[in-house]
Amino acid sequence: MASWKGRDILSIRDFSRGDIEVVLKYARKLAPVAEGQKSSRSLEGKVLATLFFEPSTRTRLSFHSAMIRLGGQVLGFSNVEGTSVQKGETLADTVRMVEGYADAIVLRHPHEGAAVLAAEFTERPVINAGDGAGQHPTQTLQDLYTIWDEKGKIDGQGIALVGDLKYGRTVHSLAYALAQFGVSLTLVSPPGLEMPWEIVDELKRAGTQVATTHRLDDVVATADVLYVTRIQRERFPDPQEYERVAGSYRVDLPLLREAKKDLIVMHPLPRVTEVDPAVDRTAHAKYFRQAFNAVPVRMALLEMVLGVGG
Amino acid sequence: MRELRVTPIKNGTVIDHIPAGMALKVLRILGIEEAVSSTVTVAMHVPSKASGWKDIVKVEDRELSPKEVDKIALIAPRATVNVIRNYNVAEKHVVRLPDRAVGILRCGNPNCITNLREPVETDFSVLEGEPLRVACRYCDRVLEDIAAAIV
Repeated sequence: MASWKGRDILSIRDFSRGDIEVVLKYARKLAPVAEGQKSSRSLEGKVLATLFFEPSTRTRLSFHSAMIRLGGQVLGFSNVEGTSVQKGETLADTVRMVEGYADAIVLRHPHEGAAVLAAEFTERPVINAGDGAGQHPTQTLQDLYTIWDEKGKIDGQGIALVGDLKYGRTVHSLAYALAQFGVSLTLVSPPGLEMPWEIVDELKRAGTQVATTHRLDDVVATADVLYVTRIQRERFPDPQEYERVAGSYRVDLPLLREAKKDLIVMHPLPRVTEVDPAVDRTAHAKYFRQAFNAVPVRMALLEMVLGVGG
Repeated sequence: MRELRVTPIKNGTVIDHIPAGMALKVLRILGIEEAVSSTVTVAMHVPSKASGWKDIVKVEDRELSPKEVDKIALIAPRATVNVIRNYNVAEKHVVRLPDRAVGILRCGNPNCITNLREPVETDFSVLEGEPLRVACRYCDRVLEDIAAAIV
C-alpha cells in the first residue's frame, strides 16, 4: 500500500508482505501503550464508529480499547436491535449517515462483501471486522503478529493449522497470508473438514510447502506453531461421532510431551474442549497473549489509516 | 442447391457464432422474452465450418448497446455481432470478453451483500477466459453457472 492514510482495510489479500511487515513493526512500537505502561494522546479528537450488525464482543472491545488507549473516542452499536437497520435501512445509507459522526468506521456484518460495499459509500476509512464467512483481516494480522513476536520471525516456521479447516474463515485467511512467508504448513483436520482444494492449490502455487494429515500426533513433535481451531458440533449429524472426532484433536499435556520446548499453541478463542485448560499453565500457551495482541495491531491500523503518528 | 433457411434483414443486428444451444439465453440477455415490437429470428444447431454447430439470432430494427454485447460475450465468447443497415453489414464486431461484468450477473452466494436490497450493481472480475471463471468483487465467490446467473 503506497499511502495508509484514508485506506480501507478490507481483506488480508490486499496486503503485500511488505505491508504486513509495516503493520507488525508499528504494532510492536505501540505494545507498551496497549499494555497501559505508556500513555498516548495520538488520536485525541478523533472518533471511531464501531458498527456491529452482529455481536462479537472480543473484536468490538479490542477496537474500543485500542481507540481509547490512543486518546480517541468511540461510538456505535453492538447489535442491530433498536437501530434503524431494523426499520429496513440499507447498509449504504447507514454508512453515509455515520460518516457524518466519525473519522473511521469499523464494520462487523453477517453478509459477505458488506465491508467492500460500505467502503464504496464513504470517504472515511472502513475496517472490516468480519463479514459473514468472508474476511476478517485484523484477526489475521493479530495472528501473524503473535507468531512474529513470539518466534522472532515468520519465515522458516513449521506451522500446523488444526481443526475445522473447511469452514474456518480464520485459517483460510491466515494460510493465504502465511503463503507470503517461507513457512512450511501442515494441515491437520478430520476427514471431511479438510482445507478446500482451491486454497491448497493456491498455497502450493505460491511456493508454500504444504502437507496434510488427519492425525495431530503426526505433527506435534516437529511443529513450531500449533494453530488450533474449534470443531463445531453442528458439522456432525451424529453427536457420538462429534465427540470421537473432537476428542482426537484435543491438545493436552500428554500430547505436548512430544513437542519442541519452544512450540507455541495458538487459538483464536473461544475454545471449547480443543485445548485442555491444563495447557494454560505451560510456556506453550500463547492464546491469551494472542487475544491481547489484537489491541496493538488495531492501534497501529487506526493510527495509520487516520494519518497520525508514524 | 443450398437453401437459405433465414432471409436477410433490412436493418438490425445479426449475432452469429453463438455456441449451439445458447441462442435462447442470448434472447434472455436481450430481453426478448418480453414483449418486442420487431421480428426476431432464431436459428439453432446450424452447421458451422469453425465449430461444428452454432446458433444464430437476428433481431430486426435494433442495434445492441455495448453492455448487451458484453453480456453476450459471457456466454458466447466467440460470437460476432453484425450491425445491418439497408441490407448491408455496416459494422462487424467480434465480442470481447470484458475484464469486469457490472450489473450483468447475480451472485450465486445467497449470503452475498449484493443479494440484499442495497443500491449497488453486481460486479464480477473475469479471472480466466476459457473456461470462463468469474468472481464476485464483493464476496469473492467464484460463480458456478454463469449462464443461469445472467440478470
